Amino acid sequence: MSSISTPTTSSGHSRRNQDLSPRSRRAKGHQGPRPRHPRSKRRVEPIFYVFLVPSLVLFTLAITVPGIIGIFFSFTNSIGIGDWDFVGLTNYIAIFSDPAILQSYLFTFGFSIVTVIAVNLVAFLLAVGLTARIRMKTALRTIFVIPMVVSGIIIAYVFNFLFSNSLPSLGAATGVPWLESSLLANPDLAWIAVVLVTAWQAVPGALLIYIAGLVAVPGDVYEAAEIDGAGKFQQLVKITLPLVAGYVVINIILGFKGFLNAYDIIVGLTNGGPGTSTRSIAMTVIAGFNGGDYAYQMANATIFFVVAILISLVQLSLTRGRNAL
Amino acid sequence: MTNTSMTTKPASSKSGTKVERVNWPATTVLVLCAVTVLLPLYVTVSMAFKTQGQAVDGNAFSFPAPFSLDGFVQAWTLTNFPVGAAMSLLVTAGTVLATIILAAFASYAIVRNWERRLFRYSFFYLLGAMFIPFPVVALPQIQLTGRLGLDNPFGVILLATMFQLSFSVLLFTAFLRSIPMELEESARIDGATTWQTFWKLIFPLLAPMSATVGIFAFLYAWNDFMMPSLIISDPAMQTLPVRQNLFQTQFSNNYHVSFASYLMAMAPAIVAYLFTQRWVMAGVTQGAVKG
Repeated sequence: MSSISTPTTSSGHSRRNQDLSPRSRRAKGHQGPRPRHPRSKRRVEPIFYVFLVPSLVLFTLAITVPGIIGIFFSFTNSIGIGDWDFVGLTNYIAIFSDPAILQSYLFTFGFSIVTVIAVNLVAFLLAVGLTARIRMKTALRTIFVIPMVVSGIIIAYVFNFLFSNSLPSLGAATGVPWLESSLLANPDLAWIAVVLVTAWQAVPGALLIYIAGLVAVPGDVYEAAEIDGAGKFQQLVKITLPLVAGYVVINIILGFKGFLNAYDIIVGLTNGGPGTSTRSIAMTVIAGFNGGDYAYQMANATIFFVVAILISLVQLSLTRGRNAL
Repeated sequence: MTNTSMTTKPASSKSGTKVERVNWPATTVLVLCAVTVLLPLYVTVSMAFKTQGQAVDGNAFSFPAPFSLDGFVQAWTLTNFPVGAAMSLLVTAGTVLATIILAAFASYAIVRNWERRLFRYSFFYLLGAMFIPFPVVALPQIQLTGRLGLDNPFGVILLATMFQLSFSVLLFTAFLRSIPMELEESARIDGATTWQTFWKLIFPLLAPMSATVGIFAFLYAWNDFMMPSLIISDPAMQTLPVRQNLFQTQFSNNYHVSFASYLMAMAPAIVAYLFTQRWVMAGVTQGAVKG
């Protein structure tokens, strides 16, 4: 952007090119063919390696090496310590017929889909409201973002108290029967509590992205629509929604990827229960460390990794070229 | 583009020419929604200031009467708050500093040597952590940190920094690409080395990005439960969020104590957010649009 705007930068640009060309020609003469990247023949200042290498080394040690170790042990019968043997694909085959793991996948995906829908509906409507002509706009936006900055496990403890103590006693006091029993104690409904608390915390992120999208829509589009006689609702569905479609895609994928890793909130809210009805994939994997089925859960983690990669590939193909938004 | 408009007030600039009616129905609905958002936080604060008798009376929404600091006094000793806060502070400060420095270093090297394959591939390599959920590598990480003597807050700093690196490098590189080379060349004509150029010119220019990167590292490190609970093996060295599970197993009926403890653990993040709002909001949008 800036390089085309002012004459000084553009002249500086060409001067740099002139500086470079003789140097690259010299380099070509010395080192033979392949002049594809003229500047790449220039020596890199050693200091740049000092800048880059610490990150590369630490990243490799902290993430890549554990990742490879994990995948390696998923083909063994290791329990985390001591001797082990290769067992081929045994762990992987066993996982596909393990009801506990299948249930955790079913729960995690179901919960993620419902939460993504809920979060995006609420966040989009709030964003429309927050970009309308309202009072206390700044204060309201400040409040709506707060859930994003509180600790997931602690707010889950707070909601845990509200669901299991406050609401039942409120139900008893007002005589509303469906409030009297705790949502968290019902194996069929506890997931709703997990969705509610996760959504409570995830709405702000989606909201901020939608606000950015709505602000970018030029105002005269609405003026034109109004002249043509479009009502507010029609404007929302026919103008606003298509114009922020890219942001909807971003929010859905970012949200979905986050919810698949659900851990903190579930631990604080239901701890996977009642029974194992709200156990997420992450919780199953982590439980394997204490349960002694280390290699087995590493196979589970590897499958989970492949799923995460697939979703990321979908993300890349959907968001490519959308940076112009 | 979108991020700059975030910080300004869009509607007021749009309606600058004519006086617009305030949309009162929308305002009312939003205020009601805001109350719902604040309700759990209100309960936390009010419960924390109650006496034990009032805390167990079943009405969580009542005002504390009388105001009591008993919950805070007990929570302070029960969770060993000073040590917990020190550990949280250590993990958070370490993660914030390490993330800003390492990400700024790496981003500068990558952007200035983009035509080099090593630097270009490094960029995508570091970005890779965005696609790796922590649970996937958690078990081997627990083992490795244990074996290397890093099953303590320093191990958490290392791992948390590495998981924050992707997002941070993404923001820094995008910003560095917009800094014209001419600025640096003039510094070099004055005889500055690359090291000096970085510290005297580039790093100060990166300040707004460092603020965004820093506040996100802060929020992550301060609030996270999963990583410290798995990596730190000595309970005495645990961070504040992990210490709260004390109230799930013991003392589970001293609600005024547990909520006072929750409040003390949550408040720093909320206060930090209130002072750094614009960077938090900018970070969310930039991370989404550039990612």
